[in-house]
Amino acid sequence: MKSNKFNRGDSLLKIIVIYAILIIACICSIYPILNILTISLRPANAIFTKSLSIIPPNATFDNFRQAFIQYDMLGWLSHSLIVSASACAFSVIVSVTAGYAFSRFEFRGKKMGLSLILVTQMFPLAMTLLPLYLMIINLKMTNSYMALAIIYVSTSIPFNIWMMKGFYDTIPKSLEESAYVDGASVFRSFYQIILPLAKPAVALTALFSFMGAWSEYIVASVIMNEAGKLTLPVGLISMQGQFSTAWGIYSAGALITAVPVMILFISLSKYLVGGLTVGSVKG
Amino acid sequence: MIHMDRTVKKSKKKKGNSSFGIGQGKMTPFFFLAPAAIVLTLVVAYPLIYEIIISFKNVTILNLKSQIYPWIGLGNYQNILADSLFYSTLIRTILWTAINVFFHVAFGLFLAIVLNRKLPGKALIRVLLILPWAVPQYIAAMTWKGMYNVEYGSINIILTNLFGSAAAIPWLSVPSWTFLACIITNIWLGIPFMMMISLGGLTSIPDELYEAADIDGATGFQKFKSITLPLLKPILTPAIILGTVWTFNMVNVIYIITSGSASDESQILITMVFKRAFQYFRYGQSAALSVIIFIILLGFSTFFIKAQKSED
Repeated sequence: MKSNKFNRGDSLLKIIVIYAILIIACICSIYPILNILTISLRPANAIFTKSLSIIPPNATFDNFRQAFIQYDMLGWLSHSLIVSASACAFSVIVSVTAGYAFSRFEFRGKKMGLSLILVTQMFPLAMTLLPLYLMIINLKMTNSYMALAIIYVSTSIPFNIWMMKGFYDTIPKSLEESAYVDGASVFRSFYQIILPLAKPAVALTALFSFMGAWSEYIVASVIMNEAGKLTLPVGLISMQGQFSTAWGIYSAGALITAVPVMILFISLSKYLVGGLTVGSVKG
Repeated sequence: MIHMDRTVKKSKKKKGNSSFGIGQGKMTPFFFLAPAAIVLTLVVAYPLIYEIIISFKNVTILNLKSQIYPWIGLGNYQNILADSLFYSTLIRTILWTAINVFFHVAFGLFLAIVLNRKLPGKALIRVLLILPWAVPQYIAAMTWKGMYNVEYGSINIILTNLFGSAAAIPWLSVPSWTFLACIITNIWLGIPFMMMISLGGLTSIPDELYEAADIDGATGFQKFKSITLPLLKPILTPAIILGTVWTFNMVNVIYIITSGSASDESQILITMVFKRAFQYFRYGQSAALSVIIFIILLGFSTFFIKAQKSED
């Protein structure tokens, strides 16, 4: 029974206890997500039931169809895709270059700049949303996808810059030095040598900014209020009516929204621990 | 003579350049930093300054269009600080933050320690445990809201199945229960972050330390106290500071679970900012409240970092 599959010091009892704890924790962590699945599969006439079964009797995909028929799910999806993709692309460009500058170059105000960037993490968007809202009204940019994307960029880059800097720090400087000897410019050695090596960190940067933009509700709800231009979060929450909520259709929509991001997140989660700790150890 | 002078100058300039770093001209860092600097100035620095300015002005929906905001000095601040609602909300916010962060760290660290060993199925368990982090927050909040439904929510169904029909809790109609519901939801949301951070830190602690402690006959708790905690500290400290700030300013959960109109007994400071701004349209007051929150958080993090440093 006790082979090299387990830690040497762990007794059988300890292993059983550990599994029991982990299984309980797993149930707690996935139950709410399973709950969305259950409700989304319920037929419209059985949304309100007291049954606890995960797969409801006479399960149906009708809610998924209705999300596209009764609500503008397709429009919301594409709007969110526009916003998130532009926020993601922009954020990658900005943090990849800035992180490189902080990792490799010496310049006045470098330390100060780095700590200032860390301080911006102290103002979550909720704090600057009001002035941003007033600015956007003055610029007549309400309901603009570009405005939304730029706001999202600002929230994701502080963390991304630190993460990229941490990653660049692990790449030996001798690589660029030999490139300079061969006559490459700073930009070329950055673009052709360092950037390909930093791919995992770039992927993580992209993931974080995309997910951040895809999953943000509060800012979008303040800026986007024209019925035809809603993004996914605003659209989904708008299903919550004054007196009744279309729970079945909402759950179907929530699954359509959440599952792609969740798969993305999980598949890149191995970079996650690395990236997070690299960033935070140095901080 | 002139020629020599020039070469001296030239070589001097070169020297000055090379002390900046290899292969780098004076303007290179500028090119690399410019995009980030522009975005951060435009979307973070400028709004923040603007916010501080309007916190001294009377800005409401009535004069929003005209853009002429009368200067009222500390009027907004006086209004807030004279309101007993501010103090009760402040206490609730501190309670909210402390409870949440405590459970995030406690559960996160505990699960990380349990998970940090050879275990068949570990990869799958880890994926299942970080799922709450992967779900968009507003969807999580909305889903929990459905689960808190008094009659058809699964939480009450489970409770009544276990403890009889008297155990049903009016989660969404009684403010103090709503507040508890928000706390539970937010704890669920925040554990994976702390777990992953701790897990990353734990894997970087060399096994030899624990083996040496085993030889010395240390108990599990002793090992935790004198090896795990001190070595995790440099990773946990920034994570706790960030976690505190994020929890302090967590709008999503409370805003969505209470349908955006938190009663006064279940709101925290940041939702109060939202209510003032987007429901009462008192922009100036709302800005002043934001500035107060900012000062509180800045004070907290400076204090926390200093305390940690002096301990080392």
